[in-house]
Amino acid sequence: MSIAITTQFICFTVLSLVVIIGALGVVLLESIVYSAFLLGGVFMSVAGLYLLLNASFVAAAQVLVYVGAVNVLIIFAIMLVNKKEDLKPINDIKSRRVISTLICLTLLSLLVRVDLTNVWSLSSPQNSIGEESTIRIGEHLFSDYLLPFEVASVLLLMAMIGAIVLARRDVMSKDISTGLPVDQELIEKSSEPLLTNKN
Amino acid sequence: MNLESIPLQAFLIVSSALFCIGIWGLLNSRNAVRVLMSIELMLNAVNINLMAFSSYIDNNLIQGQVFTIFVITVAAAEAAVGLAILLSLYRNRVTVDMESFNLLKW
Repeated sequence: MSIAITTQFICFTVLSLVVIIGALGVVLLESIVYSAFLLGGVFMSVAGLYLLLNASFVAAAQVLVYVGAVNVLIIFAIMLVNKKEDLKPINDIKSRRVISTLICLTLLSLLVRVDLTNVWSLSSPQNSIGEESTIRIGEHLFSDYLLPFEVASVLLLMAMIGAIVLARRDVMSKDISTGLPVDQELIEKSSEPLLTNKN
Repeated sequence: MNLESIPLQAFLIVSSALFCIGIWGLLNSRNAVRVLMSIELMLNAVNINLMAFSSYIDNNLIQGQVFTIFVITVAAAEAAVGLAILLSLYRNRVTVDMESFNLLKW
């Protein structure tokens, strides 16, 4: 990368802070809508980190796929299931919080220790292909990663059909017993929850 | 401080922190949408890791960037199917509380 090292450090610090604080906001904020928009900010900052790593194509893909598709999908889902409900209190919520926080902190300290103590065999920056990474990714996708590339297209097709099948409403146009056309709105309103509550 | 570039460890620490925040959210959220968001955070942490290694250790063949593209693809598919499952769950149970999805609990 051609920009000065001081600029890189400032960019990295700002982007990392936005990523960490935004992620904390995503999991800690009370309102789920704020969480969704903060998640978009986290995705954008991660794309900025990719730009610092000389990966313009992956940064563009990150913005297109995550911010453009996944985040919008999440906001739509929030809109569709947004109902104010009083959550049932759990008895041992406090011990659960404490235990899970301990587990996360332990894992974090373990990972940071491995990051800092391991000796990474860094390759010399002279070999770096820098701005030509997009060309190299294209070569990879159509030579040694051709099979995963094609399988990914099948996977996306399967996910699309699966999502349509799962989210579709089963609305019958006519009554089964009488054969008369039915009022669609009535079916929606009278539908009972299919699964009984186990408690 | 006299460094030529940002150290690899800085990226790794950011991604570790992001991953742990994702796990915390996964364990503690009661809203099913927030659980999906936490999974996305964890996938992003993995992607940062792959990109950092691809840039610092394998900077000529950049296979890590190809893997990141595949992870992004799978994450998009996962989000679509996950939210579809969430919608059909909401239609059946009329709630998004994770504690009420206990049909498989013995």
